[in-house]
Amino acid sequence: MPYANDVNNDLFLNRMIFNAMANSTHRTRAEGLGLRDAALIRCAQTFDHSRRLKPAAQGRAKIFPALDCLRWLNPVVGLVCLAVLVVWGPGASSVAAADTLASDVAGVTQAVPGGVLEALLFYLVAGTTVISSLGVCIAKNIVRMAVWLFVALGSVALLYLLLAANFLGAIQLLVYSGGTLVLLIFGIMLTSKSPWVRFEPHRLELLGAAVICGALLVGLCAALTGTTWHGMEEVMPGTSVAALGRRLLTVYLVPFEVAGVLLMIVMVGAAHLARQEK
Amino acid sequence: MTQISVPWQPTQPVRYGLLSRPIVGVAVFIYRMAAPFVRRFPGPILIGAVVGVCLIVWLHALTYAYVDARILGAASVSADPAAAISWTSPGTWGLPPSTVAALIESAGGPAAAWSSILGYLLWPLQFSLTRDLLGLGGLFGLFNLIPIYTIWWERKVAGRIQSRLGPMRVGGWHGWSQSVADGIKLILKEDLIPDGADRILFRAAPYFALVPAGLAFLALPFGAAYVFRELDVALVFILGVLGIEVVGIIMAGWASNNKWSVYGAMREACQMVSYEIPMGMALLIPVVSVGSLSLSVIGEAQSEGWFSWLVFSNPFTFVAFVAYFIASLASCKRAPFDLPEAESELVAGFHTEYSGLRWAFFFFAEYAVMFIVGGLASILFLGGWNSPFPASWGASWSDGILMQGLKGLVFNGPIWFVAKCVFFLYVQIWLRWTLPRIRIDQVLYACVQVLLPLTMLLLLGNTLWVWASMSDSPAWAGVDRIVTYGLGLIGLAFALMFPAIAAYGFYFRRRLVGNLVQDAMPGS
Repeated sequence: MPYANDVNNDLFLNRMIFNAMANSTHRTRAEGLGLRDAALIRCAQTFDHSRRLKPAAQGRAKIFPALDCLRWLNPVVGLVCLAVLVVWGPGASSVAAADTLASDVAGVTQAVPGGVLEALLFYLVAGTTVISSLGVCIAKNIVRMAVWLFVALGSVALLYLLLAANFLGAIQLLVYSGGTLVLLIFGIMLTSKSPWVRFEPHRLELLGAAVICGALLVGLCAALTGTTWHGMEEVMPGTSVAALGRRLLTVYLVPFEVAGVLLMIVMVGAAHLARQEK
Repeated sequence: MTQISVPWQPTQPVRYGLLSRPIVGVAVFIYRMAAPFVRRFPGPILIGAVVGVCLIVWLHALTYAYVDARILGAASVSADPAAAISWTSPGTWGLPPSTVAALIESAGGPAAAWSSILGYLLWPLQFSLTRDLLGLGGLFGLFNLIPIYTIWWERKVAGRIQSRLGPMRVGGWHGWSQSVADGIKLILKEDLIPDGADRILFRAAPYFALVPAGLAFLALPFGAAYVFRELDVALVFILGVLGIEVVGIIMAGWASNNKWSVYGAMREACQMVSYEIPMGMALLIPVVSVGSLSLSVIGEAQSEGWFSWLVFSNPFTFVAFVAYFIASLASCKRAPFDLPEAESELVAGFHTEYSGLRWAFFFFAEYAVMFIVGGLASILFLGGWNSPFPASWGASWSDGILMQGLKGLVFNGPIWFVAKCVFFLYVQIWLRWTLPRIRIDQVLYACVQVLLPLTMLLLLGNTLWVWASMSDSPAWAGVDRIVTYGLGLIGLAFALMFPAIAAYGFYFRRRLVGNLVQDAMPGS
């Protein structure tokens, strides 16, 4: 806070405040104050704490006023984009197959050949996934990383929806985008000491991570090139939740139960670790 | 030594966005046109609007059915298979209007006389894109109307509960356009971002709250055929997008870099961790009873009147309904679980630093989620779009257009669904102005240590009940029947008590609320 050392009578202070209200240099002159006083007032205003709250559009509107109008378009554009993604996301094959328009009338049981739109959506969503996954790695601020992760998980859910795996997509939204992310951010908030927690790993840690990620990359590439990919015509039309549940409780009962027991052990272990301090 | 500090800013010319002036201009114009009429004829206009909306929705359904059956159906069975296939493939313009007109003419009926005009009018409806855009427009309108009028209603109800009037001036009739005026104010308000905030996250957070709330409407069925996208996992989808909404709230609280906001965000995270599992468990109970995750299927399973509603199907569902309702209050941050924005402790919680339209987005999200949560309660437990009268009563009615409309009004139609949602909105408002806020540790205790074990037991019990009902034992069928009718009668008693108590309150309103309110109340 700047001080005016030579000013210590109340009369002068009152006049200063009055002039600050009037706030114009020539007005100050008309009141009989010199340029030095006006400069003092301006100095006080410049460094004043209340400057912290400055209008958001101030700087931008001067440079390019048309940008300001885009601000009100934001919600519309966002809503439309996301609605388009979700509406035509599941519409890839399962919804279209259920759509009496497409299947019954034309007598075509296959998916509607929505080629261009579907491809466009796929590249859009896949691109978002890649960019946001990179963002998770590149960002330094941990909360920003969590938000990038949120976008990555959400766009993976959209990819599932595009593949007509509705149940998987919805569960991905519910469990990862909703639940796990909230837990993650909650953990950051509870443990952070400063408002902007930064993530700065040691170089050795980076090396270890690079080795593991490289191995994973090699493995994934091997799996990708080694697999025989089937065309769309061989894929079952959509997955029903009932069939999924039946499979889980008959053919895949053992892995399902093992996963359940594993999660139970994790829960008990976490509770044990949390209680140990007492 | 005196410090010189000037705590205010020089006045600056107000800068509006290029779009906010016309938006406000249109709103003020509409208000000026409508206000004198609403002041004079509030009742007829209200009734007319409701009837008009019902008619428009019904007309849409009839038109779609007509196009499906008479135009697309006729085209598919016509002798020329090429004509039937061509309109599904991309790059074509579908059946040309002349063909549509010819099909309308051959279908006969009163529409045949207007076939040349109708050919052009109905031509766009053969594409699912047109239908999707129309449906999106309708849902977007509803999504905007719900917060605007629920906020006004909330203020009125709050006024009555606190022995005052609530909004009375704007628009004339009981402040009907108070929310419109608030909207204009919010559009014109300055969009402040604190210097210390994380600017990008701060600006993005309202959309993370708003957009999921809007997305949930895409899968929410308003009637058997009135659903934008029929998803086989609609319930999980809606729960998932409601979970995303919480991320927006937390992001807002964190990015504000304000201790009250962060407290609000942490409370929201804490609360979500505790309520979401009991809520999901309680919702699984009707799912187990019906055997489907599709909201349309669950709704259709309750079409046989009051006693077929899932809440009365066995004692477990009856209690699960109450458990779900409590958890759902926590999910839309309503009292007594409104800890994230506890006005009396945290200034405004997670949206302390927000102003203008961004602030309004949080409220749009909150009220839309209130509607959705009420809609889930009514579909999963209270029969959805089915009325208390069994649909089988209307089986012998004739199949003319007017009788179909009457069936929609009496047995099952979107109007019943909306009425139930509005009832749940009212209950949420009522609870907010009645119950005190509980502490965060009490929220955690209530959700994790009471509701969670309770819903787990209920799920187990309900599963056993359903399993027992699968056997063909006549004795069990009798027990089932007796329990259902007993619970149904208890529910009926509650349902009748509600208007009775309301009538009591209205009759003794002078004693209850005093002279001031009594003079301005309708009917006094």
